[in-house]
Amino acid sequence: MRPKRRRLWAVVAGLGALGAAAALVLAAFEDNIVFFRSPSEVASNSLPTERRFRLGGLVETGSLRKAGDGVTVTFRVTDLAHAVPVSYRGLLPDLFREGQGVVAEGQLDANGIFQASQILAKHDETYMPREVAEALRKGGHWKGEGEGQ
Amino acid sequence: MHRFANPARFARLSARALPWAWAVAGLALGSGLVGGLLLAPADYQQGDSVRIMFVHVPSAWMAMFVYAFMAAASAVGLIWRHALADIAAKAAAPLGAGFTFAALATGSLWGQPMWGTWWVWDARLTSVLVLFFLYLGYIALWQAIEDPGKAARAAAILALVGVVNLPIIKFSVDWWNTLHQPASVLRLAGPTIHSSMLWPLLLMAVGFKAYFVAVLLLRMHAELNWRRIRALRLTAGESTDSSHGFATLPAERASL
Repeated sequence: MRPKRRRLWAVVAGLGALGAAAALVLAAFEDNIVFFRSPSEVASNSLPTERRFRLGGLVETGSLRKAGDGVTVTFRVTDLAHAVPVSYRGLLPDLFREGQGVVAEGQLDANGIFQASQILAKHDETYMPREVAEALRKGGHWKGEGEGQ
Repeated sequence: MHRFANPARFARLSARALPWAWAVAGLALGSGLVGGLLLAPADYQQGDSVRIMFVHVPSAWMAMFVYAFMAAASAVGLIWRHALADIAAKAAAPLGAGFTFAALATGSLWGQPMWGTWWVWDARLTSVLVLFFLYLGYIALWQAIEDPGKAARAAAILALVGVVNLPIIKFSVDWWNTLHQPASVLRLAGPTIHSSMLWPLLLMAVGFKAYFVAVLLLRMHAELNWRRIRALRLTAGESTDSSHGFATLPAERASL
């Protein structure tokens, strides 16, 4: 029985040490693991803004404008505390609309406008049929992603 | 536990369980596919693209479940030296790799229309890719070491080291911001999927699991038979001349 006990404790201790090591590494690299930055982080000037980064948040309702050339759009990305103006020229994903989650990759220009080279749509974990979404909205119980469907 | 570790008893019991596993897999996958692809409604914002979920989500669940199973079997094999546990872990690995690949591939096909990209290096996608490589490394390690006992021990240690990745995958969407959505079903506050879409998803999950059980049992049988052949060849090789008598046995490599 003794060698089995010993092996059992060796495995348990090994896993514990490994877990602790992994937790420390992940905590140390947290800044590099996050996929995008929030408008609040941009506002607090904690980012090296001369570098490219990803900006994530919601497309602010009422901020979406199409430029005269028909392919450039401007909008504001908000986390409901701060907002950053974004300009983008190109195709938008299907889910892109006001009120929707969005991740923009690009760089801040001299005027503080985020010049995006890629726009990705982010959606939340809610799934339901259209009729249910309509009914919930009408009842005022829920204000879902994407203002107009 | 020990009673089931007897190979002869395992062969008997698993032969009886196998048709049931196939039946459950067939029924659940059949009804789940009809439910998911035909009966379930389109999503309010994703439309019909949401139907990829009925393959993607069960694949991803199985990718993690099979790894947990493999690691648990490896631990039992390592600590209590049950050959059957080693065999179970070895037999599960290619299945887990297959489920992981399916999750990655269907996720990519889903990401392109919804997110606007096939792939991003966010924490969820990257950690699942690491899981896929862990499976491949585990399989390669078994192939690289000839002695089954030594191979089992080395592979078991690799499997246990990789366990640290499982909570990272599960909680990556909560610990860091990612492009991937947070959990919709396995969350504390209850599912955020409407019941009309949830039941086909759960049926598919049952089907995937039953399929895994069925193929796992078959693969374990094959491995046990191969080991029996190997043992027979070794004893025969000791008593007779090695130039005859073995040509009728299947080649070792082919039966792997």
